[in-house]
Amino acid sequence: MIEVKDLRKGFNDKTVLNGVSAVMKAGQCNLIIGSSGSGKTVFMKCLVGLFKPDEGDIAYSGQSFTQMNTEQQKEIRKEIGMLFQGSALFSSMTVEDNVIFPLDMFTDWNRKKKMDRVNEVLNRVNLEGANKKFPAEISGGMMKRVGIARAIVLNPKYLFVDEPNSGLDPQTSGLIDKLIMEITKEFNITTVINTHDMNSVMEIGDNIVYMYQGDKEWEGNNKEIIFSKNQRLNDFIFASEFLKDAKDMRQLEETGKISNERNMADLTHDDAPELVPNQESK
Amino acid sequence: MIEKILSPVGKYFMMLKGMFSMPENTKMYWKEFMHQCSEIGIGSLGIVAIISFFIGAVSAIQTAYQLTSPLIPLSTISQIVRDTVILEFAPTLVSIVLAGVVGSKIAGELGNMRVSEQIDALEIMGVNTKAYLVLPKILASIVVIPMLIVLAMILGIYGGRVAGSMSGILSNDVFDKGLREGFLPYNVFFSLIKAYTFAFILSSIPAFFGYHVEGGALEIGRASTKAVVVSCITILFADYILSALLL
Repeated sequence: MIEVKDLRKGFNDKTVLNGVSAVMKAGQCNLIIGSSGSGKTVFMKCLVGLFKPDEGDIAYSGQSFTQMNTEQQKEIRKEIGMLFQGSALFSSMTVEDNVIFPLDMFTDWNRKKKMDRVNEVLNRVNLEGANKKFPAEISGGMMKRVGIARAIVLNPKYLFVDEPNSGLDPQTSGLIDKLIMEITKEFNITTVINTHDMNSVMEIGDNIVYMYQGDKEWEGNNKEIIFSKNQRLNDFIFASEFLKDAKDMRQLEETGKISNERNMADLTHDDAPELVPNQESK
Repeated sequence: MIEKILSPVGKYFMMLKGMFSMPENTKMYWKEFMHQCSEIGIGSLGIVAIISFFIGAVSAIQTAYQLTSPLIPLSTISQIVRDTVILEFAPTLVSIVLAGVVGSKIAGELGNMRVSEQIDALEIMGVNTKAYLVLPKILASIVVIPMLIVLAMILGIYGGRVAGSMSGILSNDVFDKGLREGFLPYNVFFSLIKAYTFAFILSSIPAFFGYHVEGGALEIGRASTKAVVVSCITILFADYILSALLL
């Protein structure tokens, strides 16, 4: 579990994080969402120690990360895995060398034990047989999976994922989300995901933090988000007409105004005249 | 204005200070050091050999062209070639060429790693990136570049000898006789001091510019250019200071 208390961070005169508090729970996918410039990337970089907060505290399983010296932080970092937006694979190394790197650096295991572990995690992310390929030879989705394999090879307690779906098609995005969720539950990892992707929010959002202009505006889960009365959150989530319609439909379904089958008769009910686009053409 | 100049200088020294920490895994650091020795040394061998050979050859011909008096013995040509190659051409000119070849490579490599978040990835793993990425490059340069400069001295003098005999200016025997006349071993020592100093400059300055790149591909290019320009100017400045102090 990661506890964040009153986190503040600014650059020059600009305040980016304005006292954010949140709890990232173990065994759950904790999503940080918000529009561009809301401070979610800075928030994540503060959590992993790439930025030093101006004020506030970050505690990993009760240990204050911000109070630690560099050596103590290094020890915590060995328990952290991170998947970057662009995967951040070492381009001069093969898939296998990328995944084995943390083992080479931080363990004194023999070669066979390391290779067994590498093959185990590559199998876990469905990348059997890709060992000898270079990052330039594999697709974006495969690169993300190699990134996940590298992030989990040391059995981390905490997994940070920055924009896991950027640049991926919806199908591959779904697979990556599913993989992250499975790994989180399987190994009881505290996973923190920074995303814009609304599919991810709905699919894997066990705990969602919505940030707005450096503040935590809303917190809840993927069941609650759809019924939130927070206007800023609704403006962000239902920015597209399609999702707006989907929300209206779901609310009507919940209140019994339309049936689960969502047939045309229901949709043309008096209470929901605006729901079906291009109704006339049908 | 002063802050604009002093701030990068401060950051540069902070980077150097940050390189010294207990290695996470000595084997991995050694592997990286050997890799850099090969990249910098073997990678620059060809260009250093070609440049130094032709510099020696040209200096022999141009010296002969200027020494027209029959009172000056021909062996003086080889003495001038020897001393100019050892004192200036091999250490300074080769270092300036290497600032372009090795410096831009270091800045580009680190810049690309920074922009593609590979450095962040290493930091999050708990690796001291200054120690793992920058220190082996600087140490490898300090080990390998003086070797290249010694090689450049030998090839430069040999180039002068070949050019002298091929153009009929002076025979090999006369050239060899001149090489032995008035030879000061201190010149080689001075040249090696310059070689070590320049090796440090041409690896640490590009490493600084590459490590601190912010932005994208365009900024990597800018950082490489800046790294080469600043390295060359610093090498020339250091050349002057060392000459004034030690000669």
